[in-house]
Amino acid sequence: MIVTSALIIWKGLMCVTGSESPVVVVLSGSMEPGFKRGDILFLHMSKDPIRAGEIVVFHVDGREIPIVHRVIKVHERQDTGEVDILTKGDNNFGDDRLLYAHGQLWLQRHHIMGRAVGFLPYVGWVTIIMTEKPIIKYLLIGALGLLVITSKE
Amino acid sequence: MFSLWQRVNALATFSILLLAALSCAASFLDAFNSPSVRAHAEVIKVNRFRKQLTGNDEVSLTLNISMDLQSLFTWNTKQVFVFLTAEYETSKNSVNQISLWDHIVPDKDNANFRVRVPTKYPLIDQGNNLRGKKIDLVLHWHVMPKTGRMIRDKMALSEFYLPDAYT
Repeated sequence: MIVTSALIIWKGLMCVTGSESPVVVVLSGSMEPGFKRGDILFLHMSKDPIRAGEIVVFHVDGREIPIVHRVIKVHERQDTGEVDILTKGDNNFGDDRLLYAHGQLWLQRHHIMGRAVGFLPYVGWVTIIMTEKPIIKYLLIGALGLLVITSKE
Repeated sequence: MFSLWQRVNALATFSILLLAALSCAASFLDAFNSPSVRAHAEVIKVNRFRKQLTGNDEVSLTLNISMDLQSLFTWNTKQVFVFLTAEYETSKNSVNQISLWDHIVPDKDNANFRVRVPTKYPLIDQGNNLRGKKIDLVLHWHVMPKTGRMIRDKMALSEFYLPDAYT
């Protein structure tokens, strides 16, 4: 019951928010005390222009892990409407230029995966535990498989 | 009649649904909060106004900022992130928003205050368009809940004209 409900909710969220991965888990403490490790963020990506103060999720070229930080500087071109964005974690001393790719000073729109619009505490710990200790993932799948087999009455 | 597994399954599903419903309700009730924020910001001093080696203008200011954010807090509020931006337009860029100062307000008791601070982040233009430029000082706040939807809003506070010459 739980597993299928979770799957339905996940797919439903993907449709409603219009993004590939509508939920991310906070992995670092760079946005504390607002977001702690293990919290879940709900993302939404609209065509609205990106403005200062929004919390965005972005990928750095060549790195897999998405980063969730706040936009602190925006420069939008008159002619093309393209933006240059600078981000910073609330809990970090300096801005994110050190995190960007070598020589990269700004983020552009295509780097941004979504905006964080909502938040659930603690629920993401399940994902963190399963990623960092894969044995628990195998145990869980094994147990679920066992239950499916044994509950055929 | 019902196996242990069936009971555990039913109980777990019910608890999770209940938790989800409560989280949604908590966040939904936040929408009924109609806050009234009062704030004031002014530039006391232009500390530095120069052209960097890269050709970009750089400004550093000292600001006097006061605000009352108490009405933003509900029982579902974890913190309010507040920041002041300098917003202006140039011939190259239709929108420029630079955060000058930010602060985390952890609770209602700390939400009514006044500070005199130098700008945390330098105001750097893409180019050298800042001489004599009109800057809007806009206060933004971001209400971060204990659970649920985050609320963002802003309020334009004052205008300021940068000097016509570098200092």
